Amino acid sequence: MAGSAFLSILRRDLRLAFRRVSEWANPLLFFTAVAGMFPLALSPDRLAMSPGEGELYGLQSLGIGVLWMAALLSSLMGLDRLFLNDADDGSMEQLVLSPAPLLSIVYGKLAAHWLVSALPLILLVPVFGLVYQLTADAIAMLAFALFLATPALTVLVAIGAALTVNVRSAAAVIGLVVLPLCAPILIYGARATALALDAESAAQPLYLIASFTFLAVSLGPIAIAAAVRVGLE
Amino acid sequence: MTASVLSLELSELELKRGDRLLVSGLSFSLRPGQLALVTGPNGCGKTTLLRTIAGLARPAAGSIRLGGQLVTKLEPIDRGHIAYQAHLEGLKKDLTVRENILFFMEIRGVSDSEHEVMQELGIEAYADRSLRQLSAGQKRRVALAVLKLGGAKLWLLDEPLTNLDPEGRELVSGWLNQHLADQGMAIVATHLAAELKRPGSLLVEL
Repeated sequence: MAGSAFLSILRRDLRLAFRRVSEWANPLLFFTAVAGMFPLALSPDRLAMSPGEGELYGLQSLGIGVLWMAALLSSLMGLDRLFLNDADDGSMEQLVLSPAPLLSIVYGKLAAHWLVSALPLILLVPVFGLVYQLTADAIAMLAFALFLATPALTVLVAIGAALTVNVRSAAAVIGLVVLPLCAPILIYGARATALALDAESAAQPLYLIASFTFLAVSLGPIAIAAAVRVGLE
Repeated sequence: MTASVLSLELSELELKRGDRLLVSGLSFSLRPGQLALVTGPNGCGKTTLLRTIAGLARPAAGSIRLGGQLVTKLEPIDRGHIAYQAHLEGLKKDLTVRENILFFMEIRGVSDSEHEVMQELGIEAYADRSLRQLSAGQKRRVALAVLKLGGAKLWLLDEPLTNLDPEGRELVSGWLNQHLADQGMAIVATHLAAELKRPGSLLVEL
């Protein structure tokens, strides 16, 4: 029952996302706009980080930060709707009352959301890596680190969304609550990418991101399920 | 929990919405094949009572037991004995009727063919239309059809006849008769008690 409930909700949410184009297109457009427009606001002659290093290194270093920040902010987009849609049309009540375990339903919803909102960003990263003239190693590392980190981002933001399901216009509140929690991921993700840019080993920050994600993915959904249940009372 | 011997027991129930006391000292029991009609003016707590019996909200005091177990502590598999139809349909507007029905069949572990199920439920005529394209009455009919999936023993219905045409009302009334004849139980919150009343049914006035 648990496995089939996971697949059922995953299929349903993917189908719904593809019928509501804005759901998957908005985060992608936001990411594209921020990552694509940012270089236009930079003055090339001011990019040299230190006298010994050229403009290129400055652009690359800024690019890493911008791409991570854009990925983080776009993962916040639309997440206030993650549980609100189901709460508004009464389907959350039906899901909670169904004989399927609520935890597998939560996992199904999170997986669908990750596939719709995070995976396309990871696939777009090589394009924007080129905009910032990152090396192939740095681009590969950025994509891999995002792949490791985005499940944790999805879970963290979903905790915020589940806790604020009864609060109207909760997006700002979710941002305030969740962004500080995302800081370690941002710091270690950017660090791993910077190390790859310098052709050094990025194992340490990657291990930290992986353990953070493991913790978030294994424990977060329990908190989300409890928050969803309380939100219905 | 054995489905065949299920009965519902409400004891000294007290319900609150915020700080406001809605219901106090409510006790009644329901045996298989019995219907309870909950009536009362708007805002008196009919929906809160149904939600509490479903286990979606906690009572301020008292207890609700289904087959001897507290409804707030039912195992997921035992929750399948309760089907609740609220004001909100619980259906996805962007999906077709068939997709909605298939989803609920999957999640409730119903393995029959969806075509037969929809034919039996009388909704096959608009099976491939999106919920958005249906009238309020048609949506209500689909939502009530969902209630029948999975063979729950206790039906909790909140104003089930709202928006339904005479044919729809007759259909739902027939489903209710069949459910009670199959030793199911039902609690219906309604302003139309006279239309739904059956011999031996319990009248609960809030």
